[in-house]
Amino acid sequence: MSLWTRLANVFRGEQLNREIDEELSAHLEQAIASGRDPHEARMSLGSPLRLREHSRDARLVGWIVDFMQDVRYALRTLRRRPGFAAVALLTLALGSGATTVMFTVVNGVMLRPLPYAEPQRLVTLREKTQEATIYGNLWALAYPNYLDCKRDAKTLDLAAWRYFVGTAIVSGEAEYASGRQISSDLFSVLGVPVAQGRDFLPEDDRLGAAPVIILGHSFWQRRFGANSSAIGKPVILDGKSFTVVGIAPANFRLDGEEPDEFTPLGQDNSESLQRRDRHPGINAVARLRPGATLNEARAELGLIAAHLSEQYPQTNSGRGFLVESLHPDVGDVGPTLWLLLGAVILVLLIACANVASLLLARAISRERELAMRVALGAGRIRLIRQGLTESAVLGVIGGTLGVLIASLGVRPFVAYWPGTLPRAEEVQLDWRVLAFAVGISLFSGLLFGLAPALRAPTKNVEQILRAAARSLLGSSRRLHNGFVIAEIALAVVLLVAAAMLGRTILRLSSLDPGLNVRNVLVTRLAIAPSIVEPAQIRAAWQDVLAQARRVPGVESAALVDTVPMREGNNEVAYWMSATLPPVSQQPLALATSVTPDYLKVMQIPLLNGRFIDDHDRRGSELVVVIDDVLAKTAFGDADAVGKSLWLPDSASPFSSGPHGADVVRVVGVVGHVRHWGLAGDDQSQVRAQFYYPFAQVPDPLLRRWSELMSVAVRTTINPMNVLATLRREVRGATGDQVLYEVHTMEQLVSDSLARQRFLLLLFSVFAGLSLLLACIGIYGVLAYLTTQRVPEIGIRMTLGASPSAVTWLVLRQSLGMISGGVAVGAVAAMAAGRVLQHMVEGMQPIALSTFAIVLPMLVLAALLASYLPARRASRIDPMSALRQE
Amino acid sequence: MAKAESLQGSIDLLVLKILSRRSRLHGYAIMTAIQNISGEVLRVEEGSLYPALHRMEEAGWIRAEWATKDNGRRTRIYELTASGKKQLGQEESRWESVAAAINRVLREA
Repeated sequence: MSLWTRLANVFRGEQLNREIDEELSAHLEQAIASGRDPHEARMSLGSPLRLREHSRDARLVGWIVDFMQDVRYALRTLRRRPGFAAVALLTLALGSGATTVMFTVVNGVMLRPLPYAEPQRLVTLREKTQEATIYGNLWALAYPNYLDCKRDAKTLDLAAWRYFVGTAIVSGEAEYASGRQISSDLFSVLGVPVAQGRDFLPEDDRLGAAPVIILGHSFWQRRFGANSSAIGKPVILDGKSFTVVGIAPANFRLDGEEPDEFTPLGQDNSESLQRRDRHPGINAVARLRPGATLNEARAELGLIAAHLSEQYPQTNSGRGFLVESLHPDVGDVGPTLWLLLGAVILVLLIACANVASLLLARAISRERELAMRVALGAGRIRLIRQGLTESAVLGVIGGTLGVLIASLGVRPFVAYWPGTLPRAEEVQLDWRVLAFAVGISLFSGLLFGLAPALRAPTKNVEQILRAAARSLLGSSRRLHNGFVIAEIALAVVLLVAAAMLGRTILRLSSLDPGLNVRNVLVTRLAIAPSIVEPAQIRAAWQDVLAQARRVPGVESAALVDTVPMREGNNEVAYWMSATLPPVSQQPLALATSVTPDYLKVMQIPLLNGRFIDDHDRRGSELVVVIDDVLAKTAFGDADAVGKSLWLPDSASPFSSGPHGADVVRVVGVVGHVRHWGLAGDDQSQVRAQFYYPFAQVPDPLLRRWSELMSVAVRTTINPMNVLATLRREVRGATGDQVLYEVHTMEQLVSDSLARQRFLLLLFSVFAGLSLLLACIGIYGVLAYLTTQRVPEIGIRMTLGASPSAVTWLVLRQSLGMISGGVAVGAVAAMAAGRVLQHMVEGMQPIALSTFAIVLPMLVLAALLASYLPARRASRIDPMSALRQE
Repeated sequence: MAKAESLQGSIDLLVLKILSRRSRLHGYAIMTAIQNISGEVLRVEEGSLYPALHRMEEAGWIRAEWATKDNGRRTRIYELTASGKKQLGQEESRWESVAAAINRVLREA
């Protein structure tokens, strides 16, 4: 065909078709005019469509027309066989739905950019020292350093923020509020304008300026009913009155959390904020100015750092600035999410294998039809394309159903996530999810459609046309076996993973947390903001304890700064003599500040000596009670009671300034408490613990310590039932002492396994699903293969085979596939098990017993699925089977 | 494909031959001509005639044009091209050699 004809055909496609039709109808007219029967003439001319097929392949337009035709044809075939369509679509919808849900979450949490303007031009700043300490060598910026950088940097616009939590009072009602002190330009640097009112002005951001406040959107909705009249109203924050000037935009988040309110950082007059050493630290974000690159910013900040270290050698020598792109901080959920996405893709693969074997069975029964079409002149490529179009149509419909499932399923999934999923607000369907869904449906369509499509007959057309269908079976049986083996192998992997998780949960749940978790309530308490004098603070806490003990149902009450199994810890270096090793070699222990009744409340066993009592106060000898882990690490088998420990001043909770190490006396040894949670404690780097008296915390630290204290009470009744009374009793004289972060110890223990439990739940669902799909797959394949073997079975039965022998014949076939799948799966499961062990805390290595439980279960289920076709085979009537020949 | 090809080859030969004798025929006339001349022995499958005509047209052996009949309807008529004449020569000699070979086998086997 000449190039010209080809090009012309592209544009003349429809015209050409019309001309062919015209020519053929002229032919018919002639035939009828010469006396032939009209019907016979039309039949012998054949379908005009078929006549066109020859010249079609060359035409682009024809290609599209073919495609539409194939899609229509595929839809028609699906409609004709609703059973097949339902099973295939349901399988695919489940597979791609589950996968899309997981991807939606991964996308929202890990892939979506931060919701600020041009987030790729945002950077963070930290300080970096040459010498590393036990805490590393990266530090939050000192406020003066930030101000210097901000003034001098030409490549960056800097902004800063800092946590500022406290008690907020709106129209007389106190609430614990999590706020931020921010520089006046934070909103503009992030490119997110305030929703109402005004932003902070540079003149607000100064010492002595009028106190103003911007409310977080949720806080404004909650406390002011989303009323614009809030602007201009007062909010009392830690005893100081602020005037509302603006409302932050909805869903505005800093470090993943929506703050309740914002106040100007420059108004904070605390002395430590102005220091370049022993400072509280601020978070700095910056936007690259137009035209500036990250490297230029790094170079410039390097120069500024060098300049500062000359100017302030005491604090800034060897101190540089680390400039990095701003990324969302999602903690450690990444591995969990990828793990789940991996698992769910296994389920999708099983679904694909299932549909592939269904399609293959159908393709074989259609082989003669296809051979006929080849004989009539259809091209091989054309047939393959049609096969692929059919499976793509299946894939796309399945994928669409999957997106529907995902859009319904993703909210419950996020809600069920243990604790709070970081960036949960970002988890939603977007173009990435849709692209992913389209991608996996087409990919899975290709995956399950390719094998059947490639079977489109080519050379031995006549042979196929002559042969009976069953003789074609040989080559397909291997493929069918392959699919079943793959499905079973994948199911084994998921089942073994689920079983490993189950075993881990069982083991971890049976661990002793080291304390009696029943009937204990722990809650943070913010003491009245007006109380600032150390003596007042001590008295206020004594009052709180006394009030708590009076609550009916409360047996004992104590204060504690870091509650076990909850986020939060205070790591302190210690040594056994006055000659301390270099900082990086000092061992660490978790220091917990408590009041004497803590032991009673938590019922931690006292192993030796005494616990802290009321005589340990400021001025008396500094004492600690250590746990058996610390006793063993520091003193080996020797009696620890009476020994001393040296705590370097940099972190000692007893000191407030640089004056050398504090010497503390060990007065008792208690049992170890799983502070890091049931799962995490064994692997945690710092396990040793000591308790020290809250009464011995020095005055300058007291206010800061008070911000972290929790009240712990042991109750004789359900601990949640004392909460209301407790809340009322401890409100204090000014009525603004509030409880927040209320938990029972039982909740905390159970939450510490939440991640493992959640994984177990999902893996069980996935494993169950994969087992079900694999069984459906085995059933389908065997039912099909058995139908194809009916004549053979008939012969066997005529020759004297008993029904049980026939059953066995079929079961043997399936046993072969099952054992193949189990063997492949076991090897894969070993590898998957190692991945799990690496990624999940407290995970035990894979055990033989796991296989011993899982494999028989799987084999049994698979045999059950094969039994139905086998039984049907044994009931074949030999005579009618033979007549089929 | 050997079988299909030889069949196609013979349709080509017959069509080209008819068109070399009587120019400007439409498809139905070509078909009836083949049937009449062969004494009803050779029947052209109507379903494969038009694909063959179009294929030969694309190959440049025959040329088609639309002629208007008395009743106003159009009909498509075919005539041989120069390259079609050449092709006919080739097809004829090929056919003759095959026929001769078959005859020899029939005689001497």
